[in-house]
Amino acid sequence: MSRFRNTALGLVFSAALLAAPALAGDLGLGRVATPEEIAVWDIDVRPDGKGLPEGRGTVAEGEEIFIEKCAMCHGEFGEGVGRYPVLAGGQDTLDTENPVKTIGSYWPYLSAAFDYIRHAMPFGEPQSLKPDEIYAIIAYLLYLNDLMDEDGELSKENFTSFRLPNENGFFDDPRPDTPTIAEKGEPCMKNCKQEVKIVKRARVIDVTPEGEEE
Amino acid sequence: MTITGRRGFLKGSLAAMGGGLAAAATGGTARAAGDIKVNEWMKTLGEGVVSRPYGLPSEYESHVRRRWVEWLTATRESSVSFTPIQDLDGIVTPNGLCFERHHGGIAEVDPSEYRLMINGLVEKPLIFTLDDLKRMPRVNRFYFLECAANSGMEWRGAQLNGCQYTHGMIHCLQYTGVALKTVLEQAGIRPNGKWILAEGGDASGLDRSIPIEKALDDCMLAFAMNGEALRPEQGYPVRLVVPGWEGNMWIKWIRRIEVGDEPWHTREETSKYTDLMEDGRSRRFTWIMDAKSVVTSPSPQAPLKYKGVNVLSGLAWSGRGKVKRVDVTFDGGRNWVEAELAPPVLSRCLTRFHVNFEWDGRPLLIQSRCIDETGYIQPTKDELRAVRGTNSIYHNNGIQTWHVMASGEVENVEIS
Ligand code: HEC
Repeated sequence: MSRFRNTALGLVFSAALLAAPALAGDLGLGRVATPEEIAVWDIDVRPDGKGLPEGRGTVAEGEEIFIEKCAMCHGEFGEGVGRYPVLAGGQDTLDTENPVKTIGSYWPYLSAAFDYIRHAMPFGEPQSLKPDEIYAIIAYLLYLNDLMDEDGELSKENFTSFRLPNENGFFDDPRPDTPTIAEKGEPCMKNCKQEVKIVKRARVIDVTPEGEEE
Repeated sequence: MTITGRRGFLKGSLAAMGGGLAAAATGGTARAAGDIKVNEWMKTLGEGVVSRPYGLPSEYESHVRRRWVEWLTATRESSVSFTPIQDLDGIVTPNGLCFERHHGGIAEVDPSEYRLMINGLVEKPLIFTLDDLKRMPRVNRFYFLECAANSGMEWRGAQLNGCQYTHGMIHCLQYTGVALKTVLEQAGIRPNGKWILAEGGDASGLDRSIPIEKALDDCMLAFAMNGEALRPEQGYPVRLVVPGWEGNMWIKWIRRIEVGDEPWHTREETSKYTDLMEDGRSRRFTWIMDAKSVVTSPSPQAPLKYKGVNVLSGLAWSGRGKVKRVDVTFDGGRNWVEAELAPPVLSRCLTRFHVNFEWDGRPLLIQSRCIDETGYIQPTKDELRAVRGTNSIYHNNGIQTWHVMASGEVENVEIS
């Protein structure tokens, strides 16, 4: 269409240009985000400490805040109330029947605690804590997990020096981890096994919701 | 017992297992004489147009609804509801029935105040409005979304009686939106930008790291589902679409994307969504959803009501591509038939399969096994346990067994 020379088609030609398909690349949409605007929303924290705000807090300060703002769900010692998450303990349980995953037993990086609490806690009142309060709470959580002394203090400066015990407990996804057709050929279709027995039944456990709620 | 597989009638394949009872032919399902009458709705005018400006299903379908398992979570604001897959057909999930997983309740976002920020290792950090996104070149795609914890309650054995509960953390929709690549290109990714962090704008601010290759390959920012604006439960006005990968990464109410040179190792990819093995070590970044299938009817919430002709119906899917084949057994895995796949069969989408069969009233042990185009074979639950133990919570794509009893009732079982 853009190859037309005929003047009679000149109008069509320029109209087509006005609505020309936008090419990949800069579409001229959006506006530049200022550093101040980015600071309002960019509250993530990485294992290397990138994203940590200025601040500090002690175990003792953290205990006070935790009891006021967190303990009703997580328990005074992070033991968890009802079904709310347990935040302390669980060391040496990961290879047992009932693994207890906490910051002390499972999490690889302390930064995830800062990032998560800063985004999501206290539940129902997120983004209400000041950086000093978050440092203090995490100091208390470290203390509850026997990873900091009673008189300890956490700050932007010493944050990355606290390494969690399970840091090396993770490895990258090895799937597929069951044999594919390339490995074991087409699956059997006829007379594949001799006898079949029922070995487990959901009815025995009986935890399926009955009837309609509300 | 007669089964119609993909290649027509396969007679007597079940007789082979149990000694050749003739199929009970109870004939049609219409009720006795007297049911033909001039019904009330034939004699009165119904409601006029726009009496239901936004239409809802018939009141007789009110049992088709999302359900939840109360004991599973501490609060409904961070909880899950399940898609009633036993009541649905085809491959597209109705918008109001898509399972929900929220971590801070349903955010009610005012679209005029919606903003998407792109920052980090970019040439030009940018802020977009919803209208900006809608002016970008548009993409329409069908994809399934499955929660990595779907079937997670079944690791130690059959637990919940109903495929809504065992397999209902899944839905499949047509998404409309823009390629994430288009949006990132506006800001210009710096050469050292290897990862993105996608962050939600709700009361949980859920954030996940995604490798840049995936972000630029097929991820989308969607603003519509099945032709209409996203529902608030699904992230209105904009959610991330991460085809074939676990649902937790499909950030809802997305407010920000940061480009970085390393992953963030956030709580949702360390404390959660890592797969604990028997030796106490854990797999991380287990993103892809492996091939899986389930028979949705018959199933515990969809019992067999009639002897004679019946349709077995089910869903299969794979995060690695297209479903190539689904095999179904009625005798606990002694013999299998190939199910009929109902087109369209799309990549990383639910695929509907059927087997027409005649039921003679004897107990059945039904399973389905999905094979995808990469040659991945859906494993048995015991095969998975042999490799992973029973503590990994996520990525349980093992073969499901339904026991159809002589009464037609169906229960969730495991077999030898
Ligand atoms: C009203 C109850 C409630 C209060 C108060 C509360 N939390 Fe939570 N917390 C939760 C719930 C619910 C979750 C799980 C949320 C989810 O997974 O979506 C959680 C999760 C967490 C986790 C992650 C646990 C894990 O294993 O992944 C941490 C850490 C945490 N809370 C810290 C805090 C801190 C610190 C405070 C106080 C400032 C606090 N919480 C206050 C309910 C609460």
